[in-house]
Amino acid sequence: MKKIKSRYGILGGMLLAAALSGGLLAGCGQKKEEASKTLILATTTSTKDSGLLDAVLPDFEAKTGYSVSVVSVGSGEAMKMGENGEADVLLVHSPAAERAFVEHGHADADGRFDVMYNDYVLIGPKEDPAGIRQTAGHDALKAFETLYDTESTFISRSDDSGTHKKECSIWEKCGKNPEGGWYVKAGTGMGAVIEMANEKLAYTLSDRATWLNTGGDTDLAVVCEKDESGILYNQYGVICVNPDKNESIHHEGAKAFREWILSDETQKQIGEYGAEQYGAPLFVPNAGK
Amino acid sequence: MDLIGKGIREAFFLIISLDAEVFEVVGLSLWVSLSALFLAGAGAVPAGIWIAGHSFRGKHVLMRVIYTLMGMPPVLGGLLVYVVLMRRGPLGFLRLNYTPAAMIIAQTLLILPILLGLTINAAQEKEEKISRLARTLGAGRLDTALLFLFELRYGLMTAVISGFSRGISEVGAVMIVGGNIEGKTRVMTTYISQLKGMGNFERAVAVGLILLALSFLINTLLYGCQRGRRD
Repeated sequence: MKKIKSRYGILGGMLLAAALSGGLLAGCGQKKEEASKTLILATTTSTKDSGLLDAVLPDFEAKTGYSVSVVSVGSGEAMKMGENGEADVLLVHSPAAERAFVEHGHADADGRFDVMYNDYVLIGPKEDPAGIRQTAGHDALKAFETLYDTESTFISRSDDSGTHKKECSIWEKCGKNPEGGWYVKAGTGMGAVIEMANEKLAYTLSDRATWLNTGGDTDLAVVCEKDESGILYNQYGVICVNPDKNESIHHEGAKAFREWILSDETQKQIGEYGAEQYGAPLFVPNAGK
Repeated sequence: MDLIGKGIREAFFLIISLDAEVFEVVGLSLWVSLSALFLAGAGAVPAGIWIAGHSFRGKHVLMRVIYTLMGMPPVLGGLLVYVVLMRRGPLGFLRLNYTPAAMIIAQTLLILPILLGLTINAAQEKEEKISRLARTLGAGRLDTALLFLFELRYGLMTAVISGFSRGISEVGAVMIVGGNIEGKTRVMTTYISQLKGMGNFERAVAVGLILLALSFLINTLLYGCQRGRRD
């Protein structure tokens, strides 16, 4: 019995070693050949989930010959990736955190640039049981206060994403500290949270692009939008990661990406994206403005 | 490597300080996976012994189906349960999605084929002998059942350990049907995934180490039962 066992052990070990070394070799070969051509873009879920990157990136890849690996995570994690030198360029939407990122020396010498904006919308059940539409109209602060006072089920991203930070800043402006059974801390992405809000018939804050892209099939609707104070405004920025972080950061490619996304031609493409499908563009380009 | 070192320190800190959030998450993980294990075991062990002892048409096809389901991807299992339980789904009126009950259902379905397949394997060659022994001893129904459990204990223990490991370690199904809601449906695996998403690697590694330590502890207990009887 023991003999058989040890034989299996040796066999298993050999297989494991073979698989590992094969993987390593393949990985190295690939790295040497493609490293100069592959760029890691860390971005938020909204640019990917809205379909924008899929629509415009082929143009960048065709023009420059770079291939872009898009890692779509929350803005918080995207910036953490930049901080750790795991990404070459960032496209994120959390301006305050982005400025701190630049101040701490994680960006290259040029800093951050505005790329485009869209806005946040408060969504909830079509019937609007909390009566947000009547009591608050376009006033986002009043809408959040109403949610707090009526203790209407609200789903928070709670994942340190740009949307979560925006939500926290609105609660803070209201002077409210949401707690209790009605305030659900989901800890997942925007698409999953909209789905959860639909199942629980709850309210949540979403960026407009993801809402338009995923909300069509739900029993939810926009209950508050276009606040005149600009509190629902959602600015995206591009940042090249400081090339001094480690040797494998691809600064040339990152700069090429930044120039391309800020170019008039790409800006025009961004401004047109989604107009056909949703009746209105999902993002408004504002580079250099 | 530095991160892992920090993770180990953080793990000790979390355990020693009885961190309320982490203990809640650990408790729910255990509750969900052990409940699923119990439910799946209650169905799979008797069914497995029965299948092993009977030959019938389609048995080979059934075996192949069970073996295939043993490798069911957890996300797919979770997705199926979610679709059935969603408001627009056939059992939507129960409003079970995003509750621990839905997580237990999903894990039960994932564990069931594993327990069933391994029970059948364990019982395959011994069933006839044990049945004969039971008849010779003139055992009643309860005694026969106990005799089976005793005679097959090693194989069954392997099945139980495999099933539990599958449940406690999967993230796909509990993420879909549970949704990782703080204080309600957050378990260790979904918590790790979220912590990674927030760039909080130390805590993520720490919770991961607690998960591994817990699995080790439970496996030690189970193996202890097995060993103790053998020696």
